[in-house]
Amino acid sequence: MLKDITLGQYFPVDSMIHRLDPRFKIINTMLFIIMLFSGNYFLNLLIGAVFVFIVQMLSKIPFKISIKSIKPILPVLIVTAVLNLVFIDSGETLLHWKFLKITEGGIQTSIFMICRIILLILGSSLLTYTTSPILLTDAIEYLLSPLKKINFPVHEMAMMMSIALRFIPTLLEETDKIISAQKARGAMIDTGKLTDRVKAMIPILIPLFVSAFRRAEELATAMECRCYHGGEGRTRLRQLKANRKDYCSFIICILFLVISVILNSIIK
Amino acid sequence: MKNNHPMIQAKNLIFSYPAENSENQDNLNLILKNISLEIQKGSFTAILGHNGSGKSTLAKHMNAILIPDEGKMLVDGLDTCQEENLFAIRQKAGMVFQNPDNQIVATIVEEDVAFAPENLGVPPEEIRKRVDNALKSVKMYEYRNHAPTQLSGGQKQRVAIAGVIAMQPDCIILDEPTAMLDPQGRQEVMETILKLNQKYHITIILITHYMEEAALAERVVVIDNGEIILDDTPKKVFSQVDRMKKIGLAVPQVTELAWELNKAGYAISTEIMTEQECLTALEKLL
Repeated sequence: MLKDITLGQYFPVDSMIHRLDPRFKIINTMLFIIMLFSGNYFLNLLIGAVFVFIVQMLSKIPFKISIKSIKPILPVLIVTAVLNLVFIDSGETLLHWKFLKITEGGIQTSIFMICRIILLILGSSLLTYTTSPILLTDAIEYLLSPLKKINFPVHEMAMMMSIALRFIPTLLEETDKIISAQKARGAMIDTGKLTDRVKAMIPILIPLFVSAFRRAEELATAMECRCYHGGEGRTRLRQLKANRKDYCSFIICILFLVISVILNSIIK
Repeated sequence: MKNNHPMIQAKNLIFSYPAENSENQDNLNLILKNISLEIQKGSFTAILGHNGSGKSTLAKHMNAILIPDEGKMLVDGLDTCQEENLFAIRQKAGMVFQNPDNQIVATIVEEDVAFAPENLGVPPEEIRKRVDNALKSVKMYEYRNHAPTQLSGGQKQRVAIAGVIAMQPDCIILDEPTAMLDPQGRQEVMETILKLNQKYHITIILITHYMEEAALAERVVVIDNGEIILDDTPKKVFSQVDRMKKIGLAVPQVTELAWELNKAGYAISTEIMTEQECLTALEKLL
């Protein structure tokens, strides 16, 4: 039952977007987010939508998959919409019932916010769909490397991230086994009141933690045996190399951002 | 490069884990009691012993994970007590552990094999070559882009072995590498180990409690209660069935059969290790 959880939602197909340098993809995603949040009008969102649509087509990721990524944030969307609807008081009042007041401005803002968040999710999940987790960590390590100067443990962080990614499936499998083992001993996990179910998690979590610590210790020994001694003097098998396409993608993203900002100020 | 040092040389090794409560300090829990052992380059040695006999502790001394309390451990002439020898020793004597899941670091097979050379600061082009060669030598080259979770136990263990080979070690210490594998995985791993020894002349030290695996070695060292009690060829060691049984180790079934027959008064050699040998000896007897 736990196997269905997809973590690290990499969708492995071969496309232009997949082949881009992960560092550039992260920077481009940032630019895209800035573009979305710097624009105050529907026209800005339209530009964002065009951008997402183009990248989506180029990445060969099926639309159905992308739509799925919105599902988990539905509650966030609803809360945002309701809050904006209720608390924004501008323009013509459409409905007034006791203390509730819904105005034209409120409706407009909540639709705007929903569209913005949906675009944000669609755009940024394209990054994780087209980049394998290991490339992502490599790129993050590279992009954060200036922080090494202020003694921020960049390499250690990246190593922790990639080991965490490596162990997610292993620990999931283990959780499944523990659940079966506890069920075989008569544990009620799927039934009962909420408090009972939370309590039923304890006999699952404790063995899981114990085993995770044991694994961590063994892994540490194994890493030491293979001469691991931190990031110092370490080389990499996979070298990140930017080519012309990467720079082009960067320029295109900048252009989108500039157009969006200019339009934003013209409308004003 | 080549010198005349033995691969592993232990001199009067004594080791105990720190006592857990201070009351017990006088009766320290000695794990290794005065072990002296020499292992030559290019040899294939099996170390046998039941659980808690100290065999894994001994193995951890061979690549400086543990440092002896007293005595010396020399790996290719380098003393494990000296801090500056640490990486040279670990690079010379690679170690493979029991659980393949807990020694694979990366999410992709080839990245994992590259882990050790990356740590050693090998240039990228050279890493590429080493990774490819290491994966080919364990027959996992086709799986280089797979995730470790997609592999079977035996395949994972072979990846772990490749990860050690990529350091280009002179010696590989395997600490019960087949204990968690199914029979097929066990066979795959044993074939790989034999090939590494015969084709690449890598010194193999196999720690195990499977007699069938120990029988493949040139030399068997039996450890019980922190001491070496037998050290000879597999045939000589296994023929001492009663002694092996006393320390809780079972000899291969055919050896035991021959031994029982011999005890019952039949003229059959007790130095029998394979089914084929047993068959011919029995035929002769009949």
